Amino acid sequence: MKVLVTGIAGATGRIVALRLVEGGHDVVGIDKRSWPDAPSGVEVHRVDIRSRPAEDVFRTVQPEVVVHMATVTHLMARSEDRYRINLGGTRAVFDYSHRHGVRHVVFVGRHTYYGAGSDSPLYHTEDEPPMAVHSFPELADLVAADLYAGSALWRMPEMTTTVLRIVYTLGASGHGTLAGFLRGPRVPMILGFDPLFQFMNEKDVATAIEQSIRARLRGVYNVAGPKPVPLSVVARTTGRSPVPLPEFAFRAALGRFGLPRLPPAALAHIKFPVVIDDAAFRRATGWSHAVDEASAMREYRDTFPNLA
Amino acid sequence: MGWFVSRDIERRMDELEIPFGPFGVDPYGVSKKHLALGFAMAEPIYRHYFSVRAIGTSNVPARGRGMLVGNHSGGIAIDGMMVVASMFFAKNPPRLAQGMVEKFMNRMPFASMMTSRMGQLTGLPEHAIRLLEDDRLLMVFPEGAKGTAKLYKDRYSLVRFGTGFVRLAMKTRSPIIPFAFLGGGAAIPSIHNAVALGKIFGAPYVPITPYGLPLPLPVKLEVEYGEPMMFEGTGAEADPIIEGYVEQVRTRIAEMIEAGRQRRESFAEQTLNQLRGGNP
Repeated sequence: MKVLVTGIAGATGRIVALRLVEGGHDVVGIDKRSWPDAPSGVEVHRVDIRSRPAEDVFRTVQPEVVVHMATVTHLMARSEDRYRINLGGTRAVFDYSHRHGVRHVVFVGRHTYYGAGSDSPLYHTEDEPPMAVHSFPELADLVAADLYAGSALWRMPEMTTTVLRIVYTLGASGHGTLAGFLRGPRVPMILGFDPLFQFMNEKDVATAIEQSIRARLRGVYNVAGPKPVPLSVVARTTGRSPVPLPEFAFRAALGRFGLPRLPPAALAHIKFPVVIDDAAFRRATGWSHAVDEASAMREYRDTFPNLA
Repeated sequence: MGWFVSRDIERRMDELEIPFGPFGVDPYGVSKKHLALGFAMAEPIYRHYFSVRAIGTSNVPARGRGMLVGNHSGGIAIDGMMVVASMFFAKNPPRLAQGMVEKFMNRMPFASMMTSRMGQLTGLPEHAIRLLEDDRLLMVFPEGAKGTAKLYKDRYSLVRFGTGFVRLAMKTRSPIIPFAFLGGGAAIPSIHNAVALGKIFGAPYVPITPYGLPLPLPVKLEVEYGEPMMFEGTGAEADPIIEGYVEQVRTRIAEMIEAGRQRRESFAEQTLNQLRGGNP
């Protein structure tokens, strides 16, 4: 099948593209960034997804499937850029897809959609509303993009839409919110809190997306890998030192002493877990993860050893 | 597991039906290490300080889902802790009773971490359903926070029961095992609940005793488990039907409390008579 991947030059985008090529698909990519060593046969168009040339790619390539991965997190972009890329980009992708006869769009979203809070349940299911918006306004654009993608299910019924809410990735690519948080030698924690963290290897993200395409999956699905483990275990197993700080000291220390920089509202995500139930996805696609939690953490540790 | 944790606790930990993963935690974050330490700390309190007597533990199913439903007794959570301890120390093989914790606890540092590591999750219907469907043993106090706020003079009474627990039991086809907890009101003889003081700690109130702090006295505690009760239905029935079932559970618990009270009072009388040199 001819598959167009947006955000193909990103770390996960590349892994997904390679997996699809291996699976026998014709892969075309759109990204503002370049992918110099892209495998032969993978066409990469260096355009902004919201621009007219991007629509031209849809028009000339005529993909059957679109995998939309061109979203950014709060850690990488300022808020107006995020809205422009995440919500504006998602809207453009669905509009182009609809106009140019795409049969299936897979929106790759994030599990942080559900938000972390002291009174939110462990194991969120797909029917739950997003609770992150008030506690973590920096996530509002991603929540909006997720809901907008979901609205294609009734707005564009002749097209198959899959909305995936995927947990943090952890592995050799070192890409993603959790991987970034763990990059330094010390991992700050809030004293007295040790939430469960759920993550999966990027190779499993790729197979989950491939399976969604194969199953022509329709609807909103959580995708999680192995069982969650406490943050302190993640820090230690990846060779880092967890540094528990009282909450007031934590706020003051962010971005200094080798600690990562985080918006203050992200604190809830270090105090409370966001854990999802992906039973529906596994049932619908027959997918299962290949990399367990220990291997994912080991892979990250070996690629990004603690240099301190 | 270190010198602090006895062989007996280690053996019982291995007999628990909890599926601990490669890092010693189950899918809910229950930690084998924390749980063993918790039981090691609870054991002297359970066996010696309160000399807890657990009656009818065989009424609790050996495996599979079940809902322990009982009365609150004592202004702080010693009732819940001792029920959990009784399921671990007095039942063979042991089971982990998982309580539904007041929401404020999850906001407090350490309390939040310790409760979840020991399987005591925030009191949400989603948690209750998930644990029961996972064939766990749930512990529910349908009196809620109003139940722990009972004063010494009301220690044998029951306040109003919520109805959610019966609906959840029916929906998940779980047996309800009623239990009566006795003595907590005497261990922490609350004469007043200080709401303003509670606010400082982020809690609904702090119980005040004649000696000030809510430190429990070494009173003999008792927990009696009754025969399982099963209610057929979907859990979506009209309120009057559900209230009828709730009343059945409440009545059963009230009967066990009354029987326990008489037992305790006659025991106290006998002891007093013996002290006075009279006949028992």
